[in-house]
Amino acid sequence: MARQDNAIDVRNAVKRYGSFTALKEVSLSIKDNEFFTLLGPSGCGKTTLLRMIAGFEDVSHGSIHLYGQEIENLPPNQRPVNTVFQSYALFPHLNVLDNVAFGVEMKGASQSEARSKARQMLELVQLSDFSARKPSQLSGGQQQRVALARALAPQPKVLLLDEPLSALDLKLRKAMQLELKHLQRETGITFIFVTHDQEEALTMSDRIAVMSAGELQQLGTPREIYESPRNVFVADFIGETNLLTVVVKEIRDGNAICQLDGGHELHCNEVAGIGVGSSVHLSLRPERVFISDKPRESKSLQGKVSENIFIGTDITTIVNLTDGPTFTVRTSNSDRGSKGIFEPGSDVYVNMEPGAARLLID
Amino acid sequence: MAAGAPGGGSTVANTYEKARTWLLLPSWLVLLGLSLIPVIMMLVYSFLTKEFRGGVIWEFSLAAYDQFFFDRGLFGDEPPSIEWTYITIFWRSFWQAGTATLLSLAIGFPTAYFIATRPAGSRAIWVFLITIPYWVNLLIRTVSMKFLLRDQGPLNQVLMSLGLIDSPLHMVNTNFAVQLGLFYSYLPFMVLPIYAAVERYDFSLSEAAADLYASRWVTLRRVLLPAVKPGIIAGCILVFVPSLGSFLAPDLLGGAKNYMIGSLIEEQFKGNAGNWPFGAAASMILLTIVLIILLLFARQQTRHERKEA
Amino acid sequence: MADVSARLDVRTYTGFRAITLLCLCILYAPLLVVTIYSFNSSNSIAAWEGFSLRWYVDVFTGPESAKFKLAAWNSFVIAIVAASVSTAIATLAATGMIRAGKFRLRMLSAGLISLPLMVPEIVTAVATLIFFNAIGFDRGLMTIVLAHIAFCIPFAYLPIAARMQGIDDSFEQAALDLYATRRQAFTRILLPLMAPGIISGFLLAFIVSLDDFIITNFVKGAGVETLPTAIFGAVKQGIKPNIMAISTLLLSVSVVMVTISYFVSKTDKTN
Repeated sequence: MARQDNAIDVRNAVKRYGSFTALKEVSLSIKDNEFFTLLGPSGCGKTTLLRMIAGFEDVSHGSIHLYGQEIENLPPNQRPVNTVFQSYALFPHLNVLDNVAFGVEMKGASQSEARSKARQMLELVQLSDFSARKPSQLSGGQQQRVALARALAPQPKVLLLDEPLSALDLKLRKAMQLELKHLQRETGITFIFVTHDQEEALTMSDRIAVMSAGELQQLGTPREIYESPRNVFVADFIGETNLLTVVVKEIRDGNAICQLDGGHELHCNEVAGIGVGSSVHLSLRPERVFISDKPRESKSLQGKVSENIFIGTDITTIVNLTDGPTFTVRTSNSDRGSKGIFEPGSDVYVNMEPGAARLLID
Repeated sequence: MAAGAPGGGSTVANTYEKARTWLLLPSWLVLLGLSLIPVIMMLVYSFLTKEFRGGVIWEFSLAAYDQFFFDRGLFGDEPPSIEWTYITIFWRSFWQAGTATLLSLAIGFPTAYFIATRPAGSRAIWVFLITIPYWVNLLIRTVSMKFLLRDQGPLNQVLMSLGLIDSPLHMVNTNFAVQLGLFYSYLPFMVLPIYAAVERYDFSLSEAAADLYASRWVTLRRVLLPAVKPGIIAGCILVFVPSLGSFLAPDLLGGAKNYMIGSLIEEQFKGNAGNWPFGAAASMILLTIVLIILLLFARQQTRHERKEA
Repeated sequence: MADVSARLDVRTYTGFRAITLLCLCILYAPLLVVTIYSFNSSNSIAAWEGFSLRWYVDVFTGPESAKFKLAAWNSFVIAIVAASVSTAIATLAATGMIRAGKFRLRMLSAGLISLPLMVPEIVTAVATLIFFNAIGFDRGLMTIVLAHIAFCIPFAYLPIAARMQGIDDSFEQAALDLYATRRQAFTRILLPLMAPGIISGFLLAFIVSLDDFIITNFVKGAGVETLPTAIFGAVKQGIKPNIMAISTLLLSVSVVMVTISYFVSKTDKTN
């Protein structure tokens, strides 16, 4: 894809605060019309990167391009990007309509033009009846939608969203996730979404950039990131997983045979850069493992159930492998009937689908 | 603040960074020109020679400080001994300001505490009630106090009609009247910082103390007071410092016997009997004392903040 | 509150309520007494002889009325000018201190702004007098105004800075993000949000200027009087009934102003 087609190109961007480096040489491209998420724990640099794109932080080194135009030296009011702030930052002294009209008016439209555009936007977020209210008279979810309408009203090329759902309660958050996704499809504007909530990122995004300690860890579709985590951080941060230390014994026909503590053996796909004899980590998702009272095949691992934890839709079973590590196995509650519950103390075998286990680089 | 940088970034907003110099320039000019430079001029004047009809002669002299600290006899030819007159006035000012501060604390602490433990809605009204008198002109408040305390004033009339006293109490022109006047002048300065500290205090600490068998007064002394100490110290400083240099209360309520620093200084600049270098020197000494107190206070506050962090 | 709950509440200390009420008595008794006696019909201040407005009439038409009217006018003009100028300077300074990033002279600037608060009033009075004397500036109304501007800056600054610190800078960032220039972000977003702080700052500066006796007394030119210096001069001859009427009027002005400021801060909805 030609570079001009990218909505945002970040090239070797570095951000330093005195001796502290918040962002270390990050490069990434965000495609036109994409729902792109920057995901990571607090302090990973995701908000810093977003604020650099918005123009609130200068770039210590490197460059940022917007549809091919270099923008890192432009002040925020000259960048065709708008932000939905974490705190919403709705102007408390202006009513909802004037909040939404603000950007359009500042861009040069007359007040009446700006207001009619604002009315359209309020219709889009279904808040037309609230245009005369002050922000303080709205609920959290309504404020959120006003912030969204305000940022979309000037028709930005890219919309930046800085953890906009973090202040909402769980139910509302789920509803807003879908609404945001639909809005992005309807408007066709590139969204860059910042969150620390991996579930939210997986639900909404076209692509996700996982960040940690100021560095890009992995970039890919939600599926790639969940199923093929590149390193220990990504595997651990996204979803729940069994992280096991293994030694690679043998590699044959693209298959790696790894040994766990206690002599258990596991088969998984070979990963470039990991050779025979290396001691590495291996990730195994709990829902891709199942237990049985008899060995299914030669590769089954023997162990004893230590605990069952009921978590609503699923049951989590903790299994201690004989002389080996502890395993977490998740069984959907609907499967329970057919397979039954193994009481603590019962001897079981742990089995896995082919390709479920994945070797990680550290 | 919108945290741009977790773990050590800029927490100071910088929207108007480019205009900073222009924003600050007016205040720098006015305060340098009308506050700092005048104090430096005053220091210079304290080392000049006095002009008899007020003002100075531009000739270096230590006479002002010499007059303050040393007695060289009527004609200035005797061997120097310590001059007690002015040190006594300073000492009296310290005593009066200190007593007024203690009086303010004794009444201000329970008041501040009581207000801070009211339901959130009515607190603002109590604070409002306490601060209204402060907004009334200080001169008028002091005159009102004098009117109330006069020998034939309303207070004596009430006390006599109640039969509590037979003849009027002489209150005006006593140390007590001055202390009461100072208390009256600066009480809100004692109440407000203590109120703020008590309002921030976590009362579950008191409950924990009570749960662990501490009596109410032990809880007050061992748990509450240490927690609100910075507020108490701030209140004491805010009452003590202006009391030390105050002029109206000692002048109107104290009379000649209860002379304080403020009157001593004022006298040097009024009429023809004045001695400007001496007045400047006395002001410098007062300023030095006040700045030392404030410095100690600032150090204590930073130490407390560090302990909290 | 029921007796039992009062006894169980660890916050309650017996006697504190009584001390608070005593405190309010001490604060209000002198003001109430003067207000009451200002309506006394007697020539003497010692005895109550019945209700009358004669001393209020005397304030506006009596032999001393011209002197006091001029003094009141001077006080008012000085306070308006000093409060306006110092509020404007303090607003700019607060923006420079709180919205312009970190810089090396920040601590020094903060110290300079609070200097008039740290220096005892009488010392400020002496220093200002000496300064005007040294540069050969003739004492008059102008010297009072200049001294008041400097003295009022920290009083105006405190509520303004407190308010600005409470306003998240994401509001201005949102304005910039929505294509406003810095100037527009300042005038259309920051200033309206600052309004309660600026009004409080102005009122505080106004009262402080109106209240000031000692600095004015030092820097005023011969024959120039403000209300406090005029009242002080009169009181030195003994408290007369017309002084009590003037005091009551001034007292009412203060109470009205502080009430306005109270409601301004109460109607503030941004938090």
